[in-house]
Amino acid sequence: MIGAPTLEIAVILLGAGLLLLEAFSEKIEKEAIAYAAIAGLIVILLASFFVAPAPVDHPSAFWNFYATDSLAIFFKRFALVTTIFVLIMMIDYAPTVRSLVHGVTSQSGLGEFFALPLFTCAGLMWIASAVDFVMIFVSIELVSVSFYVLVSFTRRNPATLEAGVKYLILSAVATGFLVYGITWIFGVTGETNLDRLSAALTSGHIETAPALFGMVLVLVALGFKIAAVPFQIWVPDVYEGAPTPVTAFLSVGSKAAGFVVLLRILRPFFILPQVQRVLVIVAILTLIYGNLAALPQSNLKRLLAYSSVGHTGYLLIGIVSLSGVATSFYLVAYLVMTLLSFAVLIVVANQTGEKIQDFNGLGKRSPFLAFAMLVAMISLAGVPFTAGFLGKFFVFDAAIQQHQFALAAVGVITVGCGFYYYLKVVRAMYWEEPKDRNAIPISGLSRAAITLLLIANIVLGVYPQPILRALSL
Amino acid sequence: MLLLILFAPIVAAIAILFGAPARRTAIVAATIELIGTGLLLSRFDKGAVGFQFVTAWTINPDWGWRFALGIDGLSLIMLLLTAIVTFAAIWFTAEISRNENAFYSCLLFISAGAIGAFASIDLFFFYAFHELALIPTFLLIGIWGTGNRQTAAWKITIYLAIGSFILLLGLILLYRSLPAASRSFDFAVLQAAASAGQISTSAQQNIYLVLLIGFGILISLFPFHTWAPEAYASAPSPVAMLHAGVLKKFGLYGLLRLAIPLLPAGALYWNKLLIVLLLGNIIYVGLVTIAQKRLDWMLGYSSVMHMGYIFLGIASANIVGIYGAAILMLAHGLSIALLFAITGELRRRTGTLVFEDLGGLAKVMPFAGFVFGLAAFAAIGLPGFANFAGEVLIFFGAFRRGANMLRFETFQVATTLALWGVVISAVYMLRAYRAVFMGRMESKWSGLPDLRNSLRLPITLLIVALLAVGFFPQSFVQIVTPPFRSFFAAK
Repeated sequence: MIGAPTLEIAVILLGAGLLLLEAFSEKIEKEAIAYAAIAGLIVILLASFFVAPAPVDHPSAFWNFYATDSLAIFFKRFALVTTIFVLIMMIDYAPTVRSLVHGVTSQSGLGEFFALPLFTCAGLMWIASAVDFVMIFVSIELVSVSFYVLVSFTRRNPATLEAGVKYLILSAVATGFLVYGITWIFGVTGETNLDRLSAALTSGHIETAPALFGMVLVLVALGFKIAAVPFQIWVPDVYEGAPTPVTAFLSVGSKAAGFVVLLRILRPFFILPQVQRVLVIVAILTLIYGNLAALPQSNLKRLLAYSSVGHTGYLLIGIVSLSGVATSFYLVAYLVMTLLSFAVLIVVANQTGEKIQDFNGLGKRSPFLAFAMLVAMISLAGVPFTAGFLGKFFVFDAAIQQHQFALAAVGVITVGCGFYYYLKVVRAMYWEEPKDRNAIPISGLSRAAITLLLIANIVLGVYPQPILRALSL
Repeated sequence: MLLLILFAPIVAAIAILFGAPARRTAIVAATIELIGTGLLLSRFDKGAVGFQFVTAWTINPDWGWRFALGIDGLSLIMLLLTAIVTFAAIWFTAEISRNENAFYSCLLFISAGAIGAFASIDLFFFYAFHELALIPTFLLIGIWGTGNRQTAAWKITIYLAIGSFILLLGLILLYRSLPAASRSFDFAVLQAAASAGQISTSAQQNIYLVLLIGFGILISLFPFHTWAPEAYASAPSPVAMLHAGVLKKFGLYGLLRLAIPLLPAGALYWNKLLIVLLLGNIIYVGLVTIAQKRLDWMLGYSSVMHMGYIFLGIASANIVGIYGAAILMLAHGLSIALLFAITGELRRRTGTLVFEDLGGLAKVMPFAGFVFGLAAFAAIGLPGFANFAGEVLIFFGAFRRGANMLRFETFQVATTLALWGVVISAVYMLRAYRAVFMGRMESKWSGLPDLRNSLRLPITLLIVALLAVGFFPQSFVQIVTPPFRSFFAAK
């Protein structure tokens, strides 16, 4: 058996080692670093199956900051899988990076591009285990700082620069809110540990108003991370401007991290009914805004940005309904469908572009890519026999169990909107005629990754048992 | 056997996507379906209560969630309808100019979705299989449709998607309304729990309304019907045959399978509302049908209108009315498929379906005219055809509900009004027949060829089925009887 913190340490060492390798050997092909990173992460992913989960009230390391319950281990694997797929996309994206980063050699900057996601991954894995506000803050910062660099990586592209600045400033402000909120909560209760916090809140000796105020500030910061209305304004511009693999990473990894933290910190705070009421309103607004704003988009990356806001709404339904299983399953479904759509987008955008009309006639040009995109889109829309449908199914079930009928009703209507804008992509691929009939070239590795994600989308839509079992341990 | 019938079209569809010869593979799959269903019919135990030929694999034991297939009499009739109409639809498919493989593949997926929905005895798969047909329909209408195909495809897809998700909410509500110990996705377990009175009356009323709206959108219940005529008018004729003939019956099947047996108190509570809506289907949509100027739109509206009769049978909630609804579902599926098939052939030859441009076509296409006439008579409900048997049973069943000798109650008034629907459908069907096949023919149509000889096979199949049910409805009623007899006896 391996101790859980070993996993993060291994990821950090892998990242640092690759950076050193990159610094001292200029001659190597920089893609080799990406392959080494992928291989290393796969080994760590396999190692994670030898980590025994422990109950949450037996924190194991770092002065009780760190839990190794099944939820933590589950999201560590989640972070590892996401990073592996992001690295595969980055290899495909390397030519664009090359053309936009003019360094001394043709390969300048690529090494960092491939190594930085490892640090983000380590941060995400720490967030999964964090059960103390100090630890939560530090690991969120590790993720944010590495994202600052990644988002603005292709800095010669003005759109990217704009995205980088926007993300930096707003994320810094959100961090400020987070710290301020934590200090209020600490000031009232004298605790940062979530377990002891909930004991303090139930004791009845606490003034709830300042604790609530602190909680609202923390929710503002997390609302920024998960892109919930009204903290979603940055999403479309940053998603559109950032390098596409980073966008994928941001929309899956960063969002999952935010939701894990929400799941952990809301448990003590749901003693206060006001928190739940606020979240119901946020969820409804997020559902409506995300899905309505996605309707007129013509740029696929921007469309996926708004759809990511919409999915935050469905995830919030799970959160409000206090269902860790529904939320976690939805996140897994979100991972496989979002990464699949971004993987296809990167391959296609290398040849044509990121607009929806650039996908015209893809069904004739590259039936495989078109079919993968079709599955990704119907999964995002929520058609049965795909992972996305089961995600919605569990979330709605959780809402009905908690008698949140208004949420469920709004959810159903916005699903209808979703069908429209996701099927717009399908329409472009199958109804329209292509401008150019040549097949789009695709590397063996990407083909394997896309096939894997495609199969995962369908298998999880019929047989979700492996995920449910991993969550219930 | 059920697995074979379900997976024959799925495997064939995937094989076709990977490059197998499209038409041949599709016909083989449809033939397997047809023969398989025939074998099921011959080996079906008419006396037994409960599901037969059950095969099941557990997905999640905590939820009572299994991939489970099984049939009773009602599902068998629906399977029979699906197999016959699929075979006819695939046989009727003419040359496809672009991307033939994808076309057949989508058709087979629709057929598989229908079979899966009718043969599943698990709540989840019952729902999921129906949705399997949604995306192929979107593609089929959008790519190969005619007329205003884009609007029609969007409209049907979004309407049905919202309808399905409302239905999903209803099904989850149903599942959650049971006490934890008896929660299950299994139809038989649900049925047992409901007969034991474990669903409270107020829960039944709320859930029934949600289910009625969800299923109602799928069935094109007035006022949720506007997607249907446009979609059927634009769809390629095999798609219209499958969708109007088979898929739309899913909602009715769902009401008969879930809403009536599990939520009888809810059905009772909302009966007045349902009657108003179904009269909207019969009278209002019927009058709209008369006003149509194009054959395809007229057929689309007529199929919406006929749903009203089936709703009347379901609303009557007595054994005669339910038999009638089951028989009429089969009959309407067969007759509307035949009408759409002939219409598709006409459109291919003339390029127009506007009544004013057509006329006298029986002179050049006598066989097509003869078949269209038979199908139209069936749709009107002429004795001898299956539709007559169904409608008569429905009217008797509905009239008997709450009847007393002193005055007419709700159901008697509704039945009387609904009877006028027969007159309305005679008016529009006969007018359409006259406009297309009788009268003076324009000279430009004089060279039109009649139907290909090979089409006689599916046509014969459909007409023989219509006549067989029409002359021997008793044998089909016997099949449907056991599940409902036990239900109504228990009440």
